[in-house]
Parts: sequence; C-alpha cells; structure tokens
Amino acid sequence: MASTPILSDASAVALPAHWRDFVALTKPRVMTLVVFTGLCGLLAAPGHIHPILAFTAILCIALGAGAAASLNQWYEADVDAKMKRTANRPLPAGRMERQSALHFGVGLSFFSVLLMGVATNWLAAAVLAVSILFYVFVYTIWLKPRTAQNIVIGGAAGAFPPVIGWAAVTGDVTALPVALFMLIFFWTPPHFWSLALFVKTDYAAAGIPMLPVVSGEVATRRQIWFYTAIMAVAAMAPVLLRLTGLIYGITALLGTALFAFFAFQVFLRRESDAARMAPERRLFKYSIIYLFLLFGAVVVDRWVVA
Amino acid sequence: MTPEERQQIRARQKSRALVTGLLLGALVILFYAITIAKIGGGN
Repeated sequence: MASTPILSDASAVALPAHWRDFVALTKPRVMTLVVFTGLCGLLAAPGHIHPILAFTAILCIALGAGAAASLNQWYEADVDAKMKRTANRPLPAGRMERQSALHFGVGLSFFSVLLMGVATNWLAAAVLAVSILFYVFVYTIWLKPRTAQNIVIGGAAGAFPPVIGWAAVTGDVTALPVALFMLIFFWTPPHFWSLALFVKTDYAAAGIPMLPVVSGEVATRRQIWFYTAIMAVAAMAPVLLRLTGLIYGITALLGTALFAFFAFQVFLRRESDAARMAPERRLFKYSIIYLFLLFGAVVVDRWVVA
Repeated sequence: MTPEERQQIRARQKSRALVTGLLLGALVILFYAITIAKIGGGN
C-alpha cells in the first residue's frame, strides 16, 4: 500500500486509490466508541423500533462519523504529514488524491443523513447532520487551529451519538439523552488532554495549539482535574435526577471514583518525559473503559431492571 | 504508460469496481429490508 498516486513522471497518470484507503479514511477504530454510545442511546430509549431500522440507524451514525473523519483528514492533510502518528494516513502518505477524500466525505455525509431520515425520522437525521457539520466546521476548521480549548467545545461533536440513537427510536430528545450528551462532553477534555500530555511533541511539531503546547503541562494537569470534577457531576446527574436506576448509580459512583483517583495522580505529577508517563497513559486507557462501562450500565438499567 | 503501469491501474480499478458492486448489492438488500419494515409498521 506504499504506492504513490503518480506512477511515473513520463506518463503522469494517477493511480486510483485503493478501496482499503477509503476505509482507513473513515477512522474505523475511533468509530467503535461512537457506534457503541449511539447503540446505547438507542437501546436505552423507551419505545420500540424494528431491528432493521435500528441497524440502519446505527449504520448511519457510523457512516456519519466516517464522513466527518474523511472531511477532517481532507482539511488536515498538511498537518497530518508533520506528525509521526498521522503521517501514514492515505492523504499525507500520497496514496490518495485530496479531492477524492473531499468527494467521498461529502457524499457519505449526504447519504448517511438522508438514509437516517428515510429509515427512522428527520429529527435523528437533523441531529446527525448537525454533528457532522459541527465536527467539520466548528472543530476542524474553526477551533482546532486557533485555540487550546479546541477539544472542550469540539468534544460536543462526539457527544451527539447517544442523542441520535435515542431520537431514532422516540422522535424526540428528553432529559436522559441530554444528560448522556453532557457526560461525553465533559469526559472529552480529560480523555484527550491525558493523550496530549504524552504525544505533546507531535502536536508541537505540527503547530496545533494543544493545551500542553500552549499553556504547559502544569496547566494541562490542573485542567484535567478541573474537568474531571465537572464530569463527575455529569456522571451522577442521571441517577440523582432519577433518570436511571441503581445499577447505573453504583457503576457511575465506583467508575467515577476510580477515574478521579487516576486524574488526581496525573494532577499531582510533574513529569515531562513522555516515556515515563505511565499514569497519564493509564488515565487515557481507563477513560475509554469508563465510558463503555457507564453507557453499558444505562442499557442494563433499562433492560434488566425494567 | 508502460504495460506494467497499465496492469497496475487495471488491477486497482477492478478491485474498486468489485467492492462498489458488493456495496450496491448490500444496499439493494438493505433498502428492500427497510421497505418491508416500514410497510409492516415497524416504526
């Protein structure tokens, strides 16, 4: 797959991108969490949806996320080329023409939104459209290159899937999906900044104003702790507002306590060598498990207890 | 264009056409299933 789009200078003929590179453009690994939280929103919603339509709704959420990721890579191809972590993506590696990524991303966006509208309802389709537009225009184009607080507001894009899943079943958006949105929204800063701490050098090389690059590590550790505290409130809100039951309550309490413990360790440390950042890596890895646990508990509460 | 280059392009086009065909087939089945579900009052 290390081929270049131009076969030889003499012929100057573009080699069409491999279909696997179009799949890579959608960031399938990142999609896992999006699909899972969307599925949990769908399963936690009251009411009935035909399994085929439920499958289609989740497919549309996945395709929408893939479309947003493609457009993100189309816009950031130059930046991706400067970072070791992203340099081998299809565009910076020269395996695909930039315009192909743009056409693919725009086409997939329209297709996912229209299919969602036809298969479920237009509210779910509208929220899906907003999430794609938010990720591309607000996060990728506007905030990410300009402010160190980029992922705080940009994180909203990743918080939409449970709302979309819920809306696909009920046709409305009530308190619980909003609470789940807030949970992911406030979970995103400690999740991303713990990663940014140990890949800081990469972001610095690309000139992206990630918090550790702009404000330093101490400020980043303090902000991780600050947003963990707000996230803890958001995590307990569903049970305190009686939107979920005891299973979620216990899971959220124990899971958040462990999250806060790991975040506090990160807050106290003053380590700048990325190779020795085991607690920061642990917080990042645990933050993913944490979100899976809490969203799983919301579904268990709805299906097992009810 | 050399024969090797031509062959490389043809192979790439063939694999893309095959995947596109499979995706279109899957979509036909999906749209049929969605139609049946909607007619049955699934949503």
